[in-house]
Amino acid sequence: MSNSRSELSIILRGVAKDPLGLIGLIIVGTIAVSAIFAAWIVPYDPIGMNIPDRMQGPSAAHWLGTDNLGRDTLSRVIMGGQVALKVALPAVFGAMAIGLTLGMIAGYGPKWLDNLLMLFFDTLRSFPTVMFALAVVALVGPSLQTVVLVVMATSIPTYGRVARTQTLTLRNSEFILAERAMGASMARILGVHMLPNIIGVLGVLAAMDVPTVIALEAGLSFLGLGVKPPTPSWGALLKDGYALIRQTPWLVVGGGLPIILATLGFTFLGESLRDVVDPKLRKNR
Amino acid sequence: MSDTLLEIDNLSVDYETERGDLKALRDISFDVKKGEIVGIVGESGCGKSTLISSILRLTAPNTRFRQGEVRFNGDDILAMTERQMRDLRGSDISIVFQDPMQTHNPVLTIGRQLLDIQHRSKATTAQKLETAAKMLAAVGIPDPQARLKQYPHEFSGGMRQRIAIAMALMSEPDLLIADEPTTALDATLEVQIIERLKELQSEMNCAILFISHHLGVIAELCDRVVVMYAGAVVESGDVREIFHDPKHPYTRRLIECDPGHIKTRARILPTIPGEVPDLVNLPDGCIFRDRCEQAFDKCQQVPALDKLKEGHFAACWLNHPEETTA
Repeated sequence: MSNSRSELSIILRGVAKDPLGLIGLIIVGTIAVSAIFAAWIVPYDPIGMNIPDRMQGPSAAHWLGTDNLGRDTLSRVIMGGQVALKVALPAVFGAMAIGLTLGMIAGYGPKWLDNLLMLFFDTLRSFPTVMFALAVVALVGPSLQTVVLVVMATSIPTYGRVARTQTLTLRNSEFILAERAMGASMARILGVHMLPNIIGVLGVLAAMDVPTVIALEAGLSFLGLGVKPPTPSWGALLKDGYALIRQTPWLVVGGGLPIILATLGFTFLGESLRDVVDPKLRKNR
Repeated sequence: MSDTLLEIDNLSVDYETERGDLKALRDISFDVKKGEIVGIVGESGCGKSTLISSILRLTAPNTRFRQGEVRFNGDDILAMTERQMRDLRGSDISIVFQDPMQTHNPVLTIGRQLLDIQHRSKATTAQKLETAAKMLAAVGIPDPQARLKQYPHEFSGGMRQRIAIAMALMSEPDLLIADEPTTALDATLEVQIIERLKELQSEMNCAILFISHHLGVIAELCDRVVVMYAGAVVESGDVREIFHDPKHPYTRRLIECDPGHIKTRARILPTIPGEVPDLVNLPDGCIFRDRCEQAFDKCQQVPALDKLKEGHFAACWLNHPEETTA
């Protein structure tokens, strides 16, 4: 266990050395910390209405102003971050875990299984995400879980295809042949020897995928298909702000800026991770 | 009978190709006794690799075993289940591959890989790490404890090959297959590795099947030699016999072509003219006939691998004086 911990600290130190990686780490860290402790740090109840103070600009009392129902925008942004991560993390990790497993089976298993799984991936991929989401929401109704499920289903093929390609390249490499010649079972080859070679690439892909998912959740919420009001979400904030832009422009800023920052943060982090996770590219330290 | 470890009996292996069956191995027979070092020589494409993968049964999907047996400790390898085969690989039979730069997992530390190779052992992790360090020290890697934490790319080619040898010998196998283990290394390292291999072999008393096209190494290391040409054994016998009194023209030419045997400076190095015959459409008669300077009428028939004297076999009509004069 100590081995993997030192591994993690090496990766974190490597990311922190890169200026862009550091920026990404700070942004992602801030979003994560504020999302985890959202309930304690919000200055007001994010769904508590206060009609007399409606549609205010930034002030000492309300840093980002209030909306048409007098709800504090900053509180809603912080809570919205929690919702965004609640959608993005399970969706991305779920998709990664399933995609990785299926992709490795496709890459290492017999040809017919590979064909079957590829057919499955291609079928899933052929649905446009938003249309697919519209259809599913129309069937089961909007909720956080629906968004997670839709996003997960549509991103499984991406991870699956990458994992499959990596497995196909690796299965004929000499060190895998060496493992087989040394009597390693299929489970051992896949789990101990192939997985560490693939997980890095997929981890980077996942980090880059988080902002896409956040944007997708925001988009679905904007269309009214995401989380149900009054639950705060960045997309819902944007939608309200769009309608009220003539009265108060601050709602759009409150909804849009976090999406932009989260996208930048996760992308920087992902790019920096890509350079660090490969031990061959790591500089001696 | 009991001192024979590996017996290969009339083994014929084909590859199914679009052009027809490629007869990669034809009627191969030889054996390896316990604790013996047997060398296999032959130019590229003579079936050395097919032979190794047949012994380990790690063959390509289009491989067809046409006839013959491969017996290890008396059991027919070709009749074993995949499960039995897996138990054999890496415990009783180990292998060292040709290219040390490719045989280690690039993203795992050497220590992690040396641990993993001991997955059959019931020892604790600490004990396994100790065994790993001991093995690294045995193959001549200084400061093994610290080295265990490093990745393969932090080692030189020679070191990596030593690590590969350490891994192969970890389970104290009965048979070590060395597939051109020094071809990718430079000459000084080659000598070191061979010396080390020899030492470890005499300590552990395992048999080695040493594949190489470097005759000098074979002469240095091996007890017996099997000379292969185009998928068939053309000559086999004790190392001294083969090198001092070769009885097959191919062996003779091979020795002449070895740069180590050329005493005078020459502008053009000797070669064997011609090419290895097409193994899909085999020519009639002796397989070496087209490239043989001494070929005569009788060579239109396939010569058998005859016992010339104790421990020396050759497949050539020239060893039958009554045929030459007739």
